[in-house]
Amino acid sequence: MNGAQDLGGAHGFGPVVPEPDEPVFHAAWERRVFALAMAMGYTGAWNLDGSRANRESLPPAEYLASSYYEIWLKALEKQVVATGLATPAEIAAGRSAEPAKPVARILAGEGLEECFRAGFPSSRAADAPARFAVGDTVLARNIHPTGHTRLPRYVRGKRGRILRVDGVFVFPDTNAYRAGENPTWLYTVAFTAQDLWGESGDPGGVVTVAAFEPYLDPA
Amino acid sequence: MSHDHAHHDHDHDHGSDLAPVEARVRALESLLTEKGYIDPAALDALVELYETKVGPHAGARVVARAWVDPDYRARLLADATPAIAELDIGGRGGEHMVVVENTPETHNLVVCTLCSCYPWPVLGLPPVWYKAPPYRARAVIDPRGVLAEFGVTLPETTRITVWDSTAETRYMVLPMRPAQTEGFSEEALAALVTRDSMIGTGLPTGIAAAPVEMPV
Repeated sequence: MNGAQDLGGAHGFGPVVPEPDEPVFHAAWERRVFALAMAMGYTGAWNLDGSRANRESLPPAEYLASSYYEIWLKALEKQVVATGLATPAEIAAGRSAEPAKPVARILAGEGLEECFRAGFPSSRAADAPARFAVGDTVLARNIHPTGHTRLPRYVRGKRGRILRVDGVFVFPDTNAYRAGENPTWLYTVAFTAQDLWGESGDPGGVVTVAAFEPYLDPA
Repeated sequence: MSHDHAHHDHDHDHGSDLAPVEARVRALESLLTEKGYIDPAALDALVELYETKVGPHAGARVVARAWVDPDYRARLLADATPAIAELDIGGRGGEHMVVVENTPETHNLVVCTLCSCYPWPVLGLPPVWYKAPPYRARAVIDPRGVLAEFGVTLPETTRITVWDSTAETRYMVLPMRPAQTEGFSEEALAALVTRDSMIGTGLPTGIAAAPVEMPV
């Protein structure tokens, strides 16, 4: 969606402000939100793409006014309600008033480190040949889905070149809505900075995005 | 996204307008625990893992190994995930790694304009600036300006490639080995590798800037 999350190229946010010796978390509640989001994601009630879709669907003004883990918290509450795991009244009260809904699995403390060190790959087996090859010129489609997508606005309608064929991966645009993993070829596409930004583009500069096959047309 | 956590006035949804964020999080954790969806011990283990164990020291080991071992460097650049796994490093957020090499001709910079994708197993959880709008907005349109804010000025002849992490591939920069480090042990080299140098917003610690003891 053309939401507030799609920030590439935006002006007016001011300088980048690195924090010296920054801690991993800035408050105790951030630790819990991080871990809650991980553990609830593990239940299988939703997936990573669904979490991203919920975070970016916050109203733009709210998204931009919220800290990172506030966005996570708000999206988590939305997902819990949307999947029927709890009601808004239960969330407000912090107490269960209705029977729990079964979930596929529950993350245990024991063995957790091994589990997370193994990871959760989103690559899948190919069941069709790749449409594009390294070196091909492509046009990023000028599409504006109202739902989740991973094609940033700043490359839409721009001409780029296939830099790498990354393999076949879960397609976020459908997976976010539990509408199927639809394994799809993924490519690294390079755009020249001047094709993207005109004369203000850094001379000789390149920007790459990882783009799924349905985001691209031959050019 | 403000970095200021004090007294936001925007909690106008979900019927919890007046609850401070701490109370709101506590209520949610209590509820989800009572429902049996989560095991609080797992939350503690997650926090411990990502706060104390996973971090940029892992990526620094990868970089140092690549600096001392040309065969490893070649494997790392060709197919990063198994090469990183050789050092017993990997996992969530790093299942599909790509390592990009800085040279005198090309400097690499990693960003996620759409959210906060970052190679967790090698760098840990991302810093606030990486997740915040100024960096996400400007890294792709004004990388030289962003680098200047980090105190990095590249020669005009060095071209910049920005890697926008828009899918599950995750990027780590292999910085150039600093001069005058011949004979350094792998461990001494790893100590020169900063987190920012693996994002591309910094360079490895220079010898002049931070002397390290030469191994005998």
